[in-house]
Amino acid sequence: MDITPLINGLYGIPVLGLVFQAIGYLVAVLPPNSSSIMSQATPLALAALCGVLCERSGIVNIGIEGTMLASAFTAWVVGVAVAPIFPAAAATPIFGITIPLLIALAAAIGVALVISALHAWLSISLRADQIISGTIINIAAFGVTGYLDQLISKTSPAGAGEFTQFTPPTALTNLPGVGWIFSMFLDQGPIGMSVIVFIVGAQIWLFRSRWGLRTRAVGEHPRAAETVGIDVIRLRYRNVMIGGMFAGLGGAFLSIEATNSFQLGMTNGRGFIALAAMIMGRWTPLGAFGSALLFATFLQLGQLINIAPPGGDLGAVMGAVPAQLFDALPYILTIVILAGVVGRSIPPAADGQPYERESAT
Amino acid sequence: MSAPLAPAPTQVRRPPGLLSRAWSVAAVPVVVTVLSVLLGAAIMLFSELLVPGRPFDWGLPLTAYSALVSGAVGNPDAIVSTLVYSTPLVFGGLAVGFGFKAGLFNIGAQGQFLVGALGAVMAGVALANVPAPIAIPLAALAGLVAGGIWGFIPGFLKAVSGAHEVVSTIMMNYVAVQLLAALVSGPLKVPRSPSPVTFDVGNAAFPVILGRNGHLGIALALLAAIFVWWLLYRTTWGFEVRAVGANRDAARYAGMRPKLITVATMTFSGALAGLAGTSVLLGVTHSMTSSFGTTVGFDSIAVALLARSNPLVIVPAALLFGGMRAGAGLMQIKAQIPVELVDVLQATILLFLVASPVLRRVLRAGSRRVGPAGSDAVVASLGGEAAAS
Repeated sequence: MDITPLINGLYGIPVLGLVFQAIGYLVAVLPPNSSSIMSQATPLALAALCGVLCERSGIVNIGIEGTMLASAFTAWVVGVAVAPIFPAAAATPIFGITIPLLIALAAAIGVALVISALHAWLSISLRADQIISGTIINIAAFGVTGYLDQLISKTSPAGAGEFTQFTPPTALTNLPGVGWIFSMFLDQGPIGMSVIVFIVGAQIWLFRSRWGLRTRAVGEHPRAAETVGIDVIRLRYRNVMIGGMFAGLGGAFLSIEATNSFQLGMTNGRGFIALAAMIMGRWTPLGAFGSALLFATFLQLGQLINIAPPGGDLGAVMGAVPAQLFDALPYILTIVILAGVVGRSIPPAADGQPYERESAT
Repeated sequence: MSAPLAPAPTQVRRPPGLLSRAWSVAAVPVVVTVLSVLLGAAIMLFSELLVPGRPFDWGLPLTAYSALVSGAVGNPDAIVSTLVYSTPLVFGGLAVGFGFKAGLFNIGAQGQFLVGALGAVMAGVALANVPAPIAIPLAALAGLVAGGIWGFIPGFLKAVSGAHEVVSTIMMNYVAVQLLAALVSGPLKVPRSPSPVTFDVGNAAFPVILGRNGHLGIALALLAAIFVWWLLYRTTWGFEVRAVGANRDAARYAGMRPKLITVATMTFSGALAGLAGTSVLLGVTHSMTSSFGTTVGFDSIAVALLARSNPLVIVPAALLFGGMRAGAGLMQIKAQIPVELVDVLQATILLFLVASPVLRRVLRAGSRRVGPAGSDAVVASLGGEAAAS
């Protein structure tokens, strides 16, 4: 059945037709780009997962942005350092894994671990203001990576390359209707592909395991948790540091999977958007992942509109609007969501409050 | 909340004179700065290893720091340049510090800075041919109002729906960047100019009052610091701001309206940050390119934290960071140390500052027992009465 006349009829309705044109544009451009949207969502989802793990245990971490930046830089710079040591061994056919890349990845996660341990120490042991501690991490990461990048990139050294994307069989991706779902999750590098595993794993862990129950208890009422024998301090340390590793993975994704280089400030606010995704996802891993996908869609749309602008009246209307508006959309969306348009979400009760043991002297 | 900020000199027994009082305020910042300078030296030595084909030089940190200092205060021009760099930091530091006093963390100083400059350039270009005594105040007012609007939005959202100001102000920063790019490459652009740049503000530019380029904004910044101090400590409104910052619930029971104070504080804070942008635009650049933007926003947070939000201490704190920015160029030329070292130094200063209870414990090790009050003072020592929660 040919539905073209119907569509043209809908598009022709004054004003309301624009809405149909917008829907038609989204339906036309989004599924073929599902893989890129997932790539945009990967660092957001991992950072949001870090946020969930921290805040569920009662620690606010706005240093995620800086943690990711430091990890992205570390992954790249360690790749630069170790690439010449190893002879150009053949990369594995799937994912293009090489030894230098693995070392770079491990270093990135290690740095994230150290940084989040610092945040944990400042905010748990010293009971410093958690937001100030996070801000310091952001400033420090920006400064240190900028400083070292200036020194190292002078010689424009070659990095260790990047993880490559797995190419799923076309039989799967060409399936009508659902093929884009396969390419979304399978047309990815190792980090991008692992995200969904981490998200589902964390969801189960948080709501179906003992540790998860304890995490939620500590985040809601640490004093009560302590009275039943949970070591609040230790649990918070553990959660913040494990969360930090996810942020580090997200950072490494930026510099050794999505690209093969480091740019100054390449995280570009993703750590903060991730916090909004976490809030919008009501502090659950799955919810945060869904929100991250939504943000990623907007980020990707901002680019698609420049590459393949919609035609017809919609294109004419959008041509009249400055292109920067579309770049600003994810950020405006974040503010709108924070303002509670999508419904109030309530943080863990003890979120952001330092905990002092009752028996502490 | 009023834990002692620095160890009182124990062996010297004399009435607390001006000097010892000054020391009790300055001890922590001074020690912290010294430690950061040492750590910075270590980083420089370490980074020498990263650059291949350069002989290792133990004296490099000394070369770099002496270039930094002479670039900041080495001659009259350098001193004026330090003052010029410090001016937006005073405004920005006041903006962030004022927010801290009400328990709000305004990370959006960067965005308010940009939008303030945008307001100033729009008004300034429109008033470019109007006599200066009219053009300058109006252009500055436009910058102040624009920054105030940018601060009002997150403040309003916080009061109405509880949207956390930290995330919303950061998002406003990114929106500000795009707004600036859209306007400067769109309606404000000089027609047929090869690159996006606005017209000059002409008569609305701040006059030079000191040396080669010391503009009126320097004096305004000093006045602003005194004004904010007066506002906070000598007016009813300032008292309410501090009361809400210290204890929101208690303030409400006392009949104050914390939500109203939140909106007013964010608006006022935004206006101050807007003045920071105004001072750079009307005083230094006189026109705006699409790459307009500096690190003033982050630097302002550092200034406010270092000064513990005290409006009068913000001035020397801003001079310290402004001096670093002013001298960094010469340091890069003479010692090939990237200007980004200044960011590193700032971060380490803040880091030591947050860890200052530990520092204090180390400084006093063996002489006295330090109770847990030491760590409780962390927040108090950073945010004045209270920091964001």
